[in-house]
Amino acid sequence: MTDLDYQVIVGLEIHVQLCTKTKLFCGCALEFAAEPNSRVCPVCLGMPGVLPVMNRLAYEYSVLAALALNCQIAEFTKWDRKSYYYPDLPKNFQTSQYDLPLSYDGFIEIPLETGQSKRIRIIRCHLEEDAGKNLHTSGSHSQVDLNRTGTPLLEIVTEPDMNTAAEVKALAAELQRIVRYVGVSEADMQKGHMRFEPNINLAITKDGKAYRTPITEVKNLNSFRAVERSVEYEIQRQLDEFLEHGTTLEMGNKTTRGWDDDRQMTVLQREKEEAHDYRYFPEPDLLPVKMNETWLADIRSRMCELPLQKQQRFVQTYELSDYDAGVLTADRATAEFFDEAVKAGGSAKRVCNLLTQIGLKMANDKGVSLVDLGVSCEAVANLANMVDRGDVNASASTTIFEHMVTTGKAPAGLAEELNLVQKSDSSELEAIVKKILSDNAQAVEEAKSGSKKAKKAQGFLLGQVMQQTQGQANPRVVSQILGDLLRS
Amino acid sequence: MSEKIDEVQVRKVAKLSRLDLTDTEIKEFTGQLEAILEYVDKMNQLDTEGVEPMAHCLPISNCLREDTVTDSLGADAILANAPQRDGDFFKVPRILDDNSGA
Ligand SMILES: [Zn+2]
Repeated sequence: MTDLDYQVIVGLEIHVQLCTKTKLFCGCALEFAAEPNSRVCPVCLGMPGVLPVMNRLAYEYSVLAALALNCQIAEFTKWDRKSYYYPDLPKNFQTSQYDLPLSYDGFIEIPLETGQSKRIRIIRCHLEEDAGKNLHTSGSHSQVDLNRTGTPLLEIVTEPDMNTAAEVKALAAELQRIVRYVGVSEADMQKGHMRFEPNINLAITKDGKAYRTPITEVKNLNSFRAVERSVEYEIQRQLDEFLEHGTTLEMGNKTTRGWDDDRQMTVLQREKEEAHDYRYFPEPDLLPVKMNETWLADIRSRMCELPLQKQQRFVQTYELSDYDAGVLTADRATAEFFDEAVKAGGSAKRVCNLLTQIGLKMANDKGVSLVDLGVSCEAVANLANMVDRGDVNASASTTIFEHMVTTGKAPAGLAEELNLVQKSDSSELEAIVKKILSDNAQAVEEAKSGSKKAKKAQGFLLGQVMQQTQGQANPRVVSQILGDLLRS
Repeated sequence: MSEKIDEVQVRKVAKLSRLDLTDTEIKEFTGQLEAILEYVDKMNQLDTEGVEPMAHCLPISNCLREDTVTDSLGADAILANAPQRDGDFFKVPRILDDNSGA
């Protein structure tokens, strides 16, 4: 029996596409699915004599994202050429940042299943350009579309602080939430706006001795699921490899693997020996950027309350569950809508229920966001109050919400119009209850008996009242009256 | 200070740069590069203690442009210099392993 224990070690490199209108160094439009090679100019092609000029907004977006990731912002930053040859890279180098990135030394708090959060350190964030796209046709050639060349990418590199596949996925999702909140990226996975490259290995203790498995990097993952699954797969693969062949870090270099989504496995990628000899050197065609206090303050002023802070505030201030707070803060507009509805006087719990159980479902069915349903936060607050006061019951609130969306009318009017107002007036209800009691002597006797049948009989009487009032009596008030009368 | 450049290094750099050089060229460039590096070596004699490394030869910074769309050239102009095209795409020899991506 061997004594085996291991810890998973994962660091992430993430590329986030910034949502500027134009490319990083030229005015070519960034447009998803445009006609091939229709958004290309001599700068994109790297023609001799062209001069790239940095997009101010792309730089500011990068700084804003870096601030949201608690990074230090460099006072002086420059760009470098990373040389490699590939058909999708017309300049034969990628303009990136090597030794002086625009930001460094940050961290991101990721929410864990337990409701706690974990801090993952960030080594650096830098701004670089994307390459074009190769399309592999079935024939003996490949097609190249250069529309994507020069697209601004924020590259974020974390320390290897993640220890489970779930943590890696949580970081990916939290980063998506953050960059969307601060408005620097649409972070649409389907459009390849976020790409992940986990670096994975294991620290193994076997029979009291410590080992490390060789690091593998999984390239270009563009879904949360693929990120999580590839890490899970690598953990098992490296463990098996170690147990079967005793492969450790010292025995080989870092390898690169790709994710095969059909087979749900990572596959070793063939790499040329000199692939990592990028021969970085300073980009002579771009000028360095110096950050100053005024400019930084201006960028800082565009910062908003970040998603995890919001989520934690919703839990602490409004006493929502962590789950509900997570649902409401998934996107910034929904979270702000909720906040506004509460400010407009709705109770937090009721507004939360209305939004998570009705509003978000309707929005989802219609394929729009909650704020685009055409319902104001005041109207939601009013509806919440109507439910809390007992003017309408929970199921009626669904109907009213639906009509608010289709008609744009106020909830109070709709409740009247749809005949959904509950009777809560005790004297009126008391008369009805008294009548029901006198008509059902046997049930009253059973209800008063304290026997097993009592509860059932009381339920029957309540049902009679509801029937009599065509379901419009407030069941809470009726129960109260019923209980009082039966005890008297 | 610096080691002398030899033919092995020149061949490696040529390979990295996808240059197909003849033996005569290798010899010629090795000599030229050696001369250049010897000259650079001279600069190492300067005392640069406490001098900030220079990131750019121009003493200016923050040359930025606004995020405003300008016209692209259009696929036909873009593909005009391409050895081969396939519709509006560049046509290149089949790429086997995709290690591309930033
Ligand atoms: Zn361009």
